[in-house]
Amino acid sequence: METLQFRFENGTRTLSGMAQLVGVVGSGNLEVMIEPAPSSGACEIDVHTATVGFGATWGAVMQDFHDRWRLVDARISINDNGATPAVVSLRLDQAVETLTGGAP
Amino acid sequence: MTGEGRWTSQQRNRAQRLERASNALGGALKGKVVEAAHIVELLHAVLEPGDRVCLEGNNQKQADFLGKALTRVDTARVHDLHMLLSVLSLPEHLDVFDKGIASKLDFSFSGPQAGRLAKLAQAGKLDIGAIHTYLELFARYFIDLTPRVALVAAEMADREGNLYTGPNTEDTPAIAEATAFKSGIVIAQVNQIVDKLPRVDIPGDWVGYVVQSPTPYYIEPLFTRDPAQISEIQVLMAMMAIKGIYAEYEIERLNHGIGFDTAAIELLLPTYAAELGLKGKIARHWALNPHPALIPAIEAGFVESVHSFGSELGMENYIRARPDVFFVGPDGSMRSNRAFSQAAGHYACDMFIGSTLQIDLQGNSSTATLGRIAGFGGAPNMGADARGRRHPSKAWLKAGQQAREGKNTIPRGQKLVVQMVETFREHMAPAFVEKLDAWQLAEQANMAIPPVMIYGDDVTHILTEEGIANLLLCRSSEEREQAIRGVAGYTPVGMGRDKHMVENLRERGIIQRAEDLGIDKRMATRDLLAAKNMKGLVRASGGLYEPPKRFRNW
Repeated sequence: METLQFRFENGTRTLSGMAQLVGVVGSGNLEVMIEPAPSSGACEIDVHTATVGFGATWGAVMQDFHDRWRLVDARISINDNGATPAVVSLRLDQAVETLTGGAP
Repeated sequence: MTGEGRWTSQQRNRAQRLERASNALGGALKGKVVEAAHIVELLHAVLEPGDRVCLEGNNQKQADFLGKALTRVDTARVHDLHMLLSVLSLPEHLDVFDKGIASKLDFSFSGPQAGRLAKLAQAGKLDIGAIHTYLELFARYFIDLTPRVALVAAEMADREGNLYTGPNTEDTPAIAEATAFKSGIVIAQVNQIVDKLPRVDIPGDWVGYVVQSPTPYYIEPLFTRDPAQISEIQVLMAMMAIKGIYAEYEIERLNHGIGFDTAAIELLLPTYAAELGLKGKIARHWALNPHPALIPAIEAGFVESVHSFGSELGMENYIRARPDVFFVGPDGSMRSNRAFSQAAGHYACDMFIGSTLQIDLQGNSSTATLGRIAGFGGAPNMGADARGRRHPSKAWLKAGQQAREGKNTIPRGQKLVVQMVETFREHMAPAFVEKLDAWQLAEQANMAIPPVMIYGDDVTHILTEEGIANLLLCRSSEEREQAIRGVAGYTPVGMGRDKHMVENLRERGIIQRAEDLGIDKRMATRDLLAAKNMKGLVRASGGLYEPPKRFRNW
């Protein structure tokens, strides 16, 4: 188990509404929790990953996610359960699309 | 030799073999029917050292009783056989090399035995002639690899040697024809000997001997995929395939590879494709094994016809009840034929779409991995442009036009060959690589060329969770490489992309992301599957589909 932390500044989009949880770890799939974090001034992401040694890969996945959505005052927790970047990206996009009501 | 004897040596040799058998077997041989307990004596009598022997077995039905019997022959009498096999799938297929009964091998596919085959080859236990496609191997049976003896499997025989192969006819006609008409001997193991067959699939005068096997031949339900295991990524990729390729090219005639990626497409036809108004416009005619995952699309009226390489366990009654869709005999059961279906997939289909394990920067694709000599079966014939094709269709013309736009060449069409992969496989193994494992394998096994499943110049599209790369529209090898990197995700190959060039390719529509295709990712959930599990498939079939036990989880 490895925990990676990322913080992205310069976001512009705030989230409204309730925290959004997508995916279930128990089903052999990952879990993503995404919630508003008022006045944090950034998008903070924690990744709990089962596969050690892919920090740079996750960094790239999260950077691309931030480039797509530019979230601010948001906190995201990811429990990857061995999921591939494809699954993580899809889950993140689905969660944010649900909270913001559409594609970037 | 002079006179007519000069031209009849094969026939005379055949007669000698038959005579040896009738002397050796005596009362154990009644007409063409041999008692199972005497099968090894029959093999001793009809086989000669150095014979080319074709043992039937594809990835579905297996002449397993005859294959086991062959491992029991005395190597003082039978040795140095040259084995011809579509698929090496049973341990016995390799035991004959281990025991010194056979020494040379020509084959197509070796899935489950690929690791052991590599070891035996390295130990010098066998000499591999070549790895073929199915159609290519069948073709050689009629040119320079004609079997002296063929060991085949059928469901039933009558006492004249007529065979009923039923739904799993598969390779039998090609093997039996090549052997019987070149003075060879066909031996058939059958599940049952009956007085009257439901229909005749192989005429009795092609068949030398029949033997009732103590147990029915082994058959593998290879094409059954439980929809419960389809992931949301696969749903997303299926949505992109349908909207970005099937609808875009109006693909009416096609072949699907085996796997969950294409099963997801099959299960999205009655839902997502129907919502897009594509019924009657795409996926009408298929060269395909009877995939259970296709049932909902058939029931929804998407699918007009299916010709099959082989059958699939549990689909018999469903097929029997849908003779407008499947090819069935007067007895009501399906007739498959691998040679014809391979030819159909090659010449009469506008698209092949399938999965792979590795893709390099030229788009070459291979399922060969280190330490395993696996072969590719039918995929290379499905996944290759049919250069001999002349009849047009919308899809074929559009692909050809895209490939030739701006070039001063005579117009012609092109087959769509789509490789569908997630950028990472299990355990974060990247599907995109700088160099295929096939190169190292070729060196280890002393092959003339690296074993490539689908050559890059035949691949027209690469589809990943990141989007579609249309290689037809690339105008230089550099563009092609960047188009591939541009859908390679976070693999080292993908991270090595030139971001500026990839954005340019995206603006030109050479790379299309899900959002470029107008796909709402929120829809990419398992709710979109027309059947969500095996029970859903059974329900869709109106109870006609009967999944094998291991797939019944209710």
